[in-house]
Amino acid sequence: MIDRKSRDLSGSRILGTAALGAALLFAAAPVASEPSEADFHAALQALDTKKFQQKAQAIEHLGTLGAPRVLEVLESLAKGRLYVRKDGRIVIAERSGKKYIIQDAISGRPEPEASKKELKKIKVNNRLRRLIRGVTGQLALFSDDPDRRIEAADNLIKNPNPQILPLFRQARDRETDDAVRAKLEVGIAVLELEADDPALRLAATATLAETSDPDIRSLLERRLQTDAEPNLEIRDALNGAIETIDRKLWLFGIAENLLFGISLGSVLLLAAIGLAITFGVMGVINMAHGEMIMLGAYSAFMVQEIFRSVVPPELFGFYLLAALPVAFLVSASMGVLIERGVIRFLYGRPLETLLATWGISLILQQLVRSIFGANNQEVANPEWISGAIEIAGGVTVTLNRLCIILFSLAVVAALAAFIRYSRFGLNMRAVTQNRSMAASMGIRTGQVDALTFALGSGIAGVAGMALSQISNVSPNLGQNFIVDSFMVVVFGGVGSLWGTIVGAFSLGIVNKFLEPVSGAILGKIVVLVFIILFIQMRPRGLFALKGRAAGD
Amino acid sequence: MGPLSSRLFALESRRGWTVFMGLAAVLMVVVPVLNLAVPENSWLHVPTFWVTTLGKFLCFAMLALALDLIWGYAGILSLGHGAFFGLGGYAMGMYLMRQIGERSVYGHPELPDFMVFLNWKELPWYWYGFDSFAFAMLMAMLVPGALAFVFGWLAFRSRITGVYFSIISQAMVFAMMLAFFRNEMGFGGNNGLTDFKDLLGFDLSASTTKVGLYVISALMLGLVYLLCRYVVTSKLGRVLIAVRDAESRVRFLGYSVTRAKLFVFTLSAVLAGIAGALYVPQVGIINPGEFTPAKSIEVAIWVAVGGRGTLFGAAAGAVAVNGAKSLLTGIAPEIWLFFLGALFILVTLLMPRGLVGVVRQWRERRAISKASHSDSHVSA
Repeated sequence: MIDRKSRDLSGSRILGTAALGAALLFAAAPVASEPSEADFHAALQALDTKKFQQKAQAIEHLGTLGAPRVLEVLESLAKGRLYVRKDGRIVIAERSGKKYIIQDAISGRPEPEASKKELKKIKVNNRLRRLIRGVTGQLALFSDDPDRRIEAADNLIKNPNPQILPLFRQARDRETDDAVRAKLEVGIAVLELEADDPALRLAATATLAETSDPDIRSLLERRLQTDAEPNLEIRDALNGAIETIDRKLWLFGIAENLLFGISLGSVLLLAAIGLAITFGVMGVINMAHGEMIMLGAYSAFMVQEIFRSVVPPELFGFYLLAALPVAFLVSASMGVLIERGVIRFLYGRPLETLLATWGISLILQQLVRSIFGANNQEVANPEWISGAIEIAGGVTVTLNRLCIILFSLAVVAALAAFIRYSRFGLNMRAVTQNRSMAASMGIRTGQVDALTFALGSGIAGVAGMALSQISNVSPNLGQNFIVDSFMVVVFGGVGSLWGTIVGAFSLGIVNKFLEPVSGAILGKIVVLVFIILFIQMRPRGLFALKGRAAGD
Repeated sequence: MGPLSSRLFALESRRGWTVFMGLAAVLMVVVPVLNLAVPENSWLHVPTFWVTTLGKFLCFAMLALALDLIWGYAGILSLGHGAFFGLGGYAMGMYLMRQIGERSVYGHPELPDFMVFLNWKELPWYWYGFDSFAFAMLMAMLVPGALAFVFGWLAFRSRITGVYFSIISQAMVFAMMLAFFRNEMGFGGNNGLTDFKDLLGFDLSASTTKVGLYVISALMLGLVYLLCRYVVTSKLGRVLIAVRDAESRVRFLGYSVTRAKLFVFTLSAVLAGIAGALYVPQVGIINPGEFTPAKSIEVAIWVAVGGRGTLFGAAAGAVAVNGAKSLLTGIAPEIWLFFLGALFILVTLLMPRGLVGVVRQWRERRAISKASHSDSHVSA
């Protein structure tokens, strides 16, 4: 995602780089700035020698030129694609059948093809390849691709080497991208931390205080601990910088926990919304709820397989959109089947309902296992929800998680609106509040029961489709969610959609904040025990329905 | 006859006692004799493997009795009884672990293998005392009892009933499972406790020990049955049935519903713990798998198949369902879950009183038709 976007931008950047390069000719830099064609040519021709020692010198010299083309030339050299033509000019050539496709090494312009006889390969050995790798690592600072520039800067910061300070400065001065420039400033500051001039060191400390990188923090700490810094004022500044970074890291840690907590909460919410209907509104304990989620996930898998074999590949990414109604319908019709076939005979006997639906869940699991096998099925993320977004200071969230957060909220909103405003929602509320009164008003309660159950199951199916994007799709998928989703509904308050939302997100967030302290599993146990204790205090959950409807 | 013995005799009808004694004779005398005294090539010989399997079923029957006591009579469906069963099993397992001593793979005189493997230097405090059989057996009853007491006290005090209780009891056993899967808990983590050598000096691999364990299981099952029978026929038992049928009314009549429930729930957990402690030496392993919520729910179906609120039915259901499980998983493992699932559905839909209910209905019908037949005969 990031990659593609930046590549689109890089085309327009070449012009800017060239213009800046021209301006740099006048800048007095210890390393030659944008090389003239003649310099480049001379440096390049020096490669045309049999002696590896001379080649090494030529490579190092090329490295100091700092031009984007140099990078490509050196990489071609390392791959053995640099040749000398009959006329003595050095070119990049790539074999294509019997002919070689040629481009000029300096300008990159294509040239007429040549046969093998007309070319002489410039040979490299492993020592030279190592050297090239080092030189290109630095030259990548001048690449056209901002991502590569950042990566190169990162690598160089990790292994600070005072000799590359001038290169960093040069790269910074011609840099147009703010993000890369900030990175380069950090790199310069890391090196200047050891400069002779106290003013430079102080400025570097200030720059580094702006970062939020644990590596830089330990670098600063090392400088203090090894007493490498004699100046008291700068020592104070270093301490201050460490404190600033710590505070930032702490904040980012909280932000990250919060974000992951919300992400987990949205998963819990998705798993529990369907249950909030069947259990919360109807009072039916559906132990096969997890299997409705599983059916939704397998529907997504099936739709994906159909798309793979029937639909042209460029439309493959849309399979999820097609899976949405399929997952809903599959789980909803299974819901109708269960309600009409089993549950309707058991109204008023909740414990029996629990056992019967548990039986259904066993059968559905085994059915899916018999058909699809016990292994995990692979459900691919479509391209439009792959990748990650960096929010700040290393806090990244994968796009599919973000989509699930939004999706879960959208599902709840749609459901709440449906119950609140539609005719069917009205009937549903009437039947759950007072069945016999609703029946006397002419509402067909049996039908409403079946459709309500279908709605809850269908939403579980939709949740399964969404969860197939982040979780393994296997026959046991539903089992992983059943305890959690019951906990969410009971904690939030049975019969309250709002309670389910609050319950899901607060449990998710609490879980993620506990994890670093106690470990993932112990955190989960603590949450479960907390819920058990909480239920003792508020047996009707966080948002209890008031009045007679809640009593039984 | 003193008052206690007359009370004992009144636990069952004359016919009930006949059946009870007959079953006891078959289980405790006939089966062991057929195993030990009859030569192996005779068709009458019962292989030791069968005896152990039957012993396992009898432990399950005990667990079913424990659940029936609270579900059938007090209307509390616990989906976490596996926790008490497992805790009893772990107490026995810890004793058996300590008995291994220097015969373990690492040969440490005190630490079980998994602790040596985890690089622990000394026994955790909660393992102290488990080298004594009496202490371990006490713990097999006390620990489940204490857990049930605390859990029940919290739940019944705030009047958590019905499905809410079921769900949080399931959450409890789920939390236990997660906890026991952790290596740091000091109970062997994923692998649990196994490789037992001997019990009170008897070699566990000897067939006489296996038959002995089986006989003790049968004896305990009989005693537990009579104890449950005693409880449900007492005044407390009638209060419990009243709680099951109309909880608020019992409360308004001035009985302490909480206390009655708490007592019977704790008792039930202790019985489940005993069942677990007898189960472990016969199967030779205890691991966190016993705490999976699915296993605990399965206990409910044993009770439902037999007929809840009948005690006898619960025990019979446990043996019947587990017998079917052994049979079916032997023939075709994938069929078993279909069968079990169907059992859950059909029993709740068609046989709400279980097998015992079906038999009773059939007998009543026959009695009625007989009566009407003789009536018509007389009138004719």
